[in-house]
Amino acid sequence: MALCRADDPLVMSALILTPGEWAIVGLSLQVSGCAMLAALPVAFALAWLLARVEFPGKVLVDALVHLPLVLPPVVVGWVLLMAFAPTGPLGALLERMLGITLLFRWTGAALAAAVMALPLMVRSIRLSIEAIDPRLEQAARTLGAGWLNSFATITLPLARPGVLAALVLGFARSLGEFGATITFVSNIPGQTATLPLAIYAALQVPGQETAVWRLALVSVVLSLGALVMSERLMAQARGAPRGAGGTAHDV
Amino acid sequence: MTFEVAVTLRRGARRIDARFSTGAGITALCGPSGAGKSTVLAAMAGLVRPDSGRIVVAGTVLYDDGQRICVPPHQRACGMVFQDLRLFPHLTVAANLRYGEARAPAERRIVDFDETVHFLDIAGLLARRPGTLSGGEAQRVAIGRALLVGPRFLLLDEPLASLDPVLRLGLMGVIERVRDHFALPIVLVSHAPDEVARLADHVVLLD
Repeated sequence: MALCRADDPLVMSALILTPGEWAIVGLSLQVSGCAMLAALPVAFALAWLLARVEFPGKVLVDALVHLPLVLPPVVVGWVLLMAFAPTGPLGALLERMLGITLLFRWTGAALAAAVMALPLMVRSIRLSIEAIDPRLEQAARTLGAGWLNSFATITLPLARPGVLAALVLGFARSLGEFGATITFVSNIPGQTATLPLAIYAALQVPGQETAVWRLALVSVVLSLGALVMSERLMAQARGAPRGAGGTAHDV
Repeated sequence: MTFEVAVTLRRGARRIDARFSTGAGITALCGPSGAGKSTVLAAMAGLVRPDSGRIVVAGTVLYDDGQRICVPPHQRACGMVFQDLRLFPHLTVAANLRYGEARAPAERRIVDFDETVHFLDIAGLLARRPGTLSGGEAQRVAIGRALLVGPRFLLLDEPLASLDPVLRLGLMGVIERVRDHFALPIVLVSHAPDEVARLADHVVLLD
């Protein structure tokens, strides 16, 4: 029987990624990681605002936050392009103040991924903040904690399951981000060609079926990894005491 | 006078007027439910801002709308035991007890950790989470947490409600010991006539 053996050099070489594939995976992780770093503080602030503060125009802010979830991604990418083009309002500002541009750069891909992941993250964090009893924060105040101190020692730790869920969800969403990215920063190998864009590029060229297969498998592995991690975090959150935002996964 | 309270509060459509001056010991705040007893306690703790009036405890002005004084809750040195206890679910019993202690200035402390734990008989609970405690256990932890703040006065919001008769008697003893041992002035919200008869040095009726 000519079964494939794991130590067969041919099989091994098929399982090992080429440097070019590693570069694509590395870029994808870099873009998604930076998107999360940028989006988390914004998502938390928005979630807290929407969960706890009544202000005029709240409905509008809520709708704006959710817009990337319901708009065609290509529209989001186009809006970003308009805003961050060298002649656009934000693009011109960045160019003048810092001398940088996001256009056709991996930073732009990270921004697109962050914007697209934001609604999911805000929803997840908001649910966990809404599950925290504000009366616990009052109790902390009578125990000598100032507002910021009670926020840091009561609100933030109790919101942790929602924040972790938001990070995993957002990260997975960023890994798969396609429409807004390709519209905003195009498909440039080594700069903006993350996994989905690289797969799309390979699909345009005849005879690249193997490359597509390999990159698609890598995508599956990464997404499964994120899923497994989120399941673990959820199990941890469920193990935590009641009132700790256990509903955060109901996004 | 230890407690001098004269405040007007509006909660929605309701208007609450509370006026009392009482001396040391335990002041029982009585009245039908909805009379605003808990709201008055919250105002004394600084969690609710009155519309007008004045709150003075043991010579310290905590609130005075005329003088524009409103001491924030974390600087009032008040030990509050809430009706719903509000123990922190993510912290152990020990960390709950230490929460206020760690934030209190050393010169204000009236009792140390080990003494409190011994006094309330909660040494066996320290490693547990509040969610696993029985009603009486949680009640004693909440009292301990309030004592460790080094309070200048205690506010107890129906501390004995929803406890069985034996536990109630036991906790009444605890409250008396707190009053006598630490000479702390206490405001106690209560519905139960037997509680008021046994514990109260002064009775204030709110209606």
